[in-house]
Amino acid sequence: MAITLDQTIAQKQRNWFSSIFASQTFWVLVAVVLACIFLSFATSSFATPTNLYNITRNVTFVAIIALGMTLVIITGGIDLSVGSVLCLCSMILAITMHAGYGIGTGIAASIGTALVVGAFNGILIAYLGFPPFVVTLGMLSIARSLAMVASNNTVVFQFGPDHDKLLALGGGAWLFGIANPVLYMAVLALLTGFVLRWTRFGRYVFAIGGNEHAATLTGVPVRKIKVAVYMISALSAGVAGIIQTGWLGAVTTNIGAGMELQVIAAAVIGGANLAGGVGTAFGALVGAALIEVIRNSLGLLGINAFWQGTFIGGAIVLAVLFDRLRNLRQSE
Amino acid sequence: MKLRLETRSLLWEARQLVAVLELTNISKHFGAIQAVNDVSFSLEAGEVVGLMGDNGAGKSTLVKMIAGNFRPSHGTMRLDDQDLVLHRPVEARQRGIEIVHQDLALCNNLTAAANVFLGREIRSGFGPLRILDYKSMYKRAGEIFNELKSETRPRDLVKQMSGGQRQAVAIARTMLAEAKLVLMDEPTAAISVRQVAEVLAHIRQLRDRGIAVILISHRMPDVFSVADRVIVMRRGRKVADKPIAASSPEEVTGLITGAIEQV
Repeated sequence: MAITLDQTIAQKQRNWFSSIFASQTFWVLVAVVLACIFLSFATSSFATPTNLYNITRNVTFVAIIALGMTLVIITGGIDLSVGSVLCLCSMILAITMHAGYGIGTGIAASIGTALVVGAFNGILIAYLGFPPFVVTLGMLSIARSLAMVASNNTVVFQFGPDHDKLLALGGGAWLFGIANPVLYMAVLALLTGFVLRWTRFGRYVFAIGGNEHAATLTGVPVRKIKVAVYMISALSAGVAGIIQTGWLGAVTTNIGAGMELQVIAAAVIGGANLAGGVGTAFGALVGAALIEVIRNSLGLLGINAFWQGTFIGGAIVLAVLFDRLRNLRQSE
Repeated sequence: MKLRLETRSLLWEARQLVAVLELTNISKHFGAIQAVNDVSFSLEAGEVVGLMGDNGAGKSTLVKMIAGNFRPSHGTMRLDDQDLVLHRPVEARQRGIEIVHQDLALCNNLTAAANVFLGREIRSGFGPLRILDYKSMYKRAGEIFNELKSETRPRDLVKQMSGGQRQAVAIARTMLAEAKLVLMDEPTAAISVRQVAEVLAHIRQLRDRGIAVILISHRMPDVFSVADRVIVMRRGRKVADKPIAASSPEEVTGLITGAIEQV
């Protein structure tokens, strides 16, 4: 026996070098970086502080929700309601503050709403066995409708006594001129990454996506974890809603419309597998970044905005194509 | 060597006094269907029992009652001389009953070590801030695989493993817990001949640690090579329960099919 036990324990299937090259997230990141380099040379307006500030800030709303969505997708589920939940939470915040309550109360009401919506989704899915697609499709409709009911379908742009605080929260740049939303995104991404890698909760999220039946048999509290995951997803939409409200300075009942598809696209481009069991926090950010860079660059290059969908759709297919090719090679 | 043999026989006698598992007049019906009918048997520490029978003979219903999936309609179960009343599979696990499922219940997207520790992760830190202790889990999993003489490596993804290695992961789980009783459902049904030998060796290793094993199998050679006793079920009833040495594959086949009524 030339190999000691310690060596066996330390033995990895692939070293970090080859595992980076095998990861979809890495190649998407390469695409983002190459696109940025290309745009810096091809246009005079890309690499300006204003444009970079705008890009990084625009990324955040999709990226923050993509973090929550990634957890849902890792468990093998989907959450179509995030766009509407963002709208509902923004509206609750706006109405509460408009009615004269402070920013703390507004945020608490908004977060509370998100958690209730998430718990509703999660309980129907985990305890009553509803398909996630159906429940969250229903919530997509319900949440936006409730936002309309709550506001009587008006635009809210006055946020009571703490109006300026809210605008500073979302629109300010408290650290080195980096837009606040970007800071929140970075903190939330680190937190999500940490949870996925280092906590038992994160391990269970992956286990449920890998083999839900096995997770149940080994005593993983599958139902509770699933409810928690949908609550986190709704919470991420709520947080994005609060920040976006502060940034926009107004809430209408059509904000976040169709956003769920961008969020899912970001997660999938970043390497999350809709079949469950695979996904990273970093991937969600990279996926969101690619979508935003595509959107931004089309404008700067003077390409008709109608092409946007084609390019983003192409990116989704291309990103997943890498994964498919790798799997085909493995199965041969 | 002689001393060891004596120790073993002494241990053997001590074990005879208290059965690990004791089933008395166990029945289970689903509506009008009588799946298990008045079955009694007991099992001692370090004993391997082959549970055989045709499809629908009631063996998997019986095992599911021991595993906490179903509750018996009649009869009592005792584990280590204490009543065994199970409402959920998790409770069986807490009482020291481990199950190696036919489909192995493994998560393909996780490593071998993660699968071994699934539901029982080692964590370090304190209070709510406890993080997964990867180092300890890799180490312990590596030790268990070493003990099993398996080539499985703790950091390997289960996705990329052979059938035998996957079995080793599932069996390693049971060794983690210091189980009293291990239920194995068709562990050799879907793997190659060489890997069957590995799995049978693992069963002997469990036995040598004083763990009682119930082996459900269709494969006559496996049961005859590893079991101490064979129990045959037919149409919900126990039709044979005898030492393996006193039986033969022919007799067991006859009992399974009904050519031999009962022994």
